[in-house]
Amino acid sequence: MNALELKNVTKRFGDVIANKNINLTVRSGEILAILGENGSGKTTLMNMISGIYYPDEGEIFVNGNPVTISSPKDAFDLKIGMIHQHFKLVDLFTATENIVLGIHDKHKFNLKNAEKKVAEISAKYGFDIDPKKKIYEMSVSEKQTVEIVKVLYRGADILILDEPTAVLTPQETEKLFNVIKNMKKDGKSIIIITHKMHEVLSVSDRVAILRRGEYIDTVVTAETNEAELTEMMVGKKISLNINRTEPKEPTDRLIIENLNLTNAEGVKVLDDISFTAKSGEILGIAGIAGSGQKELLESIAGLINSSKGNITYIDPSNNNKIDLRKKTPVQIRELGVRLSFVPEDRLGMGLVGNMDIINNMMLRSYKNGHSIFLDKKPPKQLANKIIDELEVVTPSATTPVRRLSGGNVQKVLVGREIAAAPTVLMAAYPVRGLDINSSYTIYNLLNKQKENGVAVIFVGEDLDVLLELCDRILVISSGAVSGIVDGRTAKKEEIGLLMTKAKGAKENEK
Amino acid sequence: MKNKIKKTHEPLFHISKRTDISFSRGVAIRIIAILAALVVCAIVTKVFTGDDPISIFKTIYLGAFGSGRTLVTIHEIAILLCISLAVTPAFRMKFWNTGAEGQVLIGCLSTAMCMFYLGGKVPDGILILLMAIFAIVSGIIWAVIPAFFKAHWGTNETLFTLMLNYVAIQLIEFFLKVADKTGSNVVGPDLLTHGWFPKLFGTNYLLNILIVAILTIVLYIYLNYSKHGYEISVVGESENTAKYIGINVKKVIVRTMAVSGAICGLAGLLLVGGASHSIDSNLAGGRGFTAIMVSWLAKFNPITMILTSLLIVFLERGADEVASKFGLNADFSAILTGIILFFIIGCEFFINYKINFNRSKNNKKEEK
Repeated sequence: MNALELKNVTKRFGDVIANKNINLTVRSGEILAILGENGSGKTTLMNMISGIYYPDEGEIFVNGNPVTISSPKDAFDLKIGMIHQHFKLVDLFTATENIVLGIHDKHKFNLKNAEKKVAEISAKYGFDIDPKKKIYEMSVSEKQTVEIVKVLYRGADILILDEPTAVLTPQETEKLFNVIKNMKKDGKSIIIITHKMHEVLSVSDRVAILRRGEYIDTVVTAETNEAELTEMMVGKKISLNINRTEPKEPTDRLIIENLNLTNAEGVKVLDDISFTAKSGEILGIAGIAGSGQKELLESIAGLINSSKGNITYIDPSNNNKIDLRKKTPVQIRELGVRLSFVPEDRLGMGLVGNMDIINNMMLRSYKNGHSIFLDKKPPKQLANKIIDELEVVTPSATTPVRRLSGGNVQKVLVGREIAAAPTVLMAAYPVRGLDINSSYTIYNLLNKQKENGVAVIFVGEDLDVLLELCDRILVISSGAVSGIVDGRTAKKEEIGLLMTKAKGAKENEK
Repeated sequence: MKNKIKKTHEPLFHISKRTDISFSRGVAIRIIAILAALVVCAIVTKVFTGDDPISIFKTIYLGAFGSGRTLVTIHEIAILLCISLAVTPAFRMKFWNTGAEGQVLIGCLSTAMCMFYLGGKVPDGILILLMAIFAIVSGIIWAVIPAFFKAHWGTNETLFTLMLNYVAIQLIEFFLKVADKTGSNVVGPDLLTHGWFPKLFGTNYLLNILIVAILTIVLYIYLNYSKHGYEISVVGESENTAKYIGINVKKVIVRTMAVSGAICGLAGLLLVGGASHSIDSNLAGGRGFTAIMVSWLAKFNPITMILTSLLIVFLERGADEVASKFGLNADFSAILTGIILFFIIGCEFFINYKINFNRSKNNKKEEK
């Protein structure tokens, strides 16, 4: 019996076809992975199953019966539950209060009973959860646990998890997969959306592959391998190797000493951070999301003022030391420091979404010249050059960048930052949300900068990539450096442990 | 269809965002909206007053462009356009200035005070120059106060600018008491005898219209082709991006509001020195608020604003005429104006979104 079956499901957004004639079956008691690149329509498809979108065409069957799912409540009545990528929890409520929120019950509500039931569910599947803990005191993985228990509490038999591991450390991921396997043993059907290949291979029974909104195939996990899946996902054979060269004559370029920062709420977000970025190497920064990566890069770029410490830049032409602390981005530029920064928030910080590519090229250079009017010629040439060289897919250079796909937006941003011929290049999560091809384009661009002698700082989330790309990896935990490891010899588990290491434990630079 | 577990109904239609719309299609939707508005207006008129809708429409037109009225109407458009231009730079920066009314009034007050206290004591040419300087500087001050507070302490600009309107009104009331001992609530041309703008071709209005026309073009160029205009757009779209590339956001906020205030002050100068030669606390007549709508409707484009201010003035003057000629309650003309604006603003929905009707499932089965 198929727990869930989709027949010829199509969904359009305007002229864009997000899902085209999708056929999918989920058996009872299996873990089905949905594999596809960003923009391949995975989330749209799941949103149709969970009642957030309504399909334009096609039919959905649950346990063999045709059904109409026009609201999340319908989905819930059919015992379908979705755990979204972004949690929807009330911070001031406890785990149990969040779990029972919105349940209409004929009986008188009894929080004690609810807590007992939550504890039972946790014990049954091996969750680690304190029913009385408030959400704001929880880590990301605990919050995710609450979301999953919430769905189970409502009696869901089909669980959909949208990119559940994106925010987890390797250890937490393993824990989650154990829980998922326990749920499977209990006869539940689990759909897990992901684009991480090794996770697919380790946890799923079957894999359904989507590509550009179209259904490609469903294969049995045990009978396939990484190369085959990648080929189905991307549509052609690609090599998944990053070419890591030895750093050429690395010299100190950027020295950070005892950097401290306390935010407006009085929380210490950077705690005595010290490290050195060298020319001709890629320094990776690993850590759980929100451990201070953003603040660190923004402090260096002059966007926020760190409260204590030193940021020293060493000019490659004359080895002069330049103090960058308490300088604005304009002052840094005027000092002749060629510092480029690809921020995490591309359309909210690095670019202006509503402006076209040419106007976005001007962001760094519009002030050049003494005229009060803008000179649009150089940015226009630069825009065309970047479109050509980085193969940006766009109708024209006058298209607003928010209309471009994620990968092309990033090419525009990285292209502009590299065009400034930097000596230090900082990139925060530069491949987040990008498809495989675009990701490799970005890795290659970073590698090329490294070979040109640029000191590259790369903040990443995928540890596999960090280990393949970086020469050294700085691990931060709660705003403090918990270790610096060699990218060529370190193990993933080692970095995972450092990421969650408690404060105060510091290691000397290797 | 048969074995459905639970009866749920399929939504009849769903709404999707348009990614792009051709220019002609956009125009067509707007024309349909205006026609639909006129039809609804006609029905409402017929049902509630029994008057002939066609003659009412005719009266609206004649009210705005009837004999001897055209120049006055164009001047009204120019003044409204001027104030709309004033709020536009701030709006492009997403600084919601609701204080144009007060900024205009303070410009009026400065102009009137120059005329009252310096009139006859300095040559008229110098007086007009002084009026201009004081009007513009006072407008700038009135606009920069909330901008400064917003830039440095993050105060709410909407409330702040709104409250300053009342301060300006009270200042005018105070001046009226001082200037006119009879206790009149208007200080008229009999007291403000000097500093009138020169007449062009025998009319007061032409110079004002000309000034606003030039201003429209200058502001269009400023916003679209200057470095300042670029900074305004970046700050408006994303303050984070502005900080990231090193734009001094505080400076841009204050500077842009200074531009807004200067144009408001200029509007005050034109109203007092160039047209009415009198002052009262209602001289701006709510235009500071109407300008917000004019600017929004034109999507902050100075050239389009010519059309939107024309539309608003046309409707207002026409509706007034209808109310008086047909002996209807003045509120009835407001109802008609409301209906027309509802359709014009409402049609933006159909320009930004598309409605897709779902074909019923039975049809789909037959297709197979």
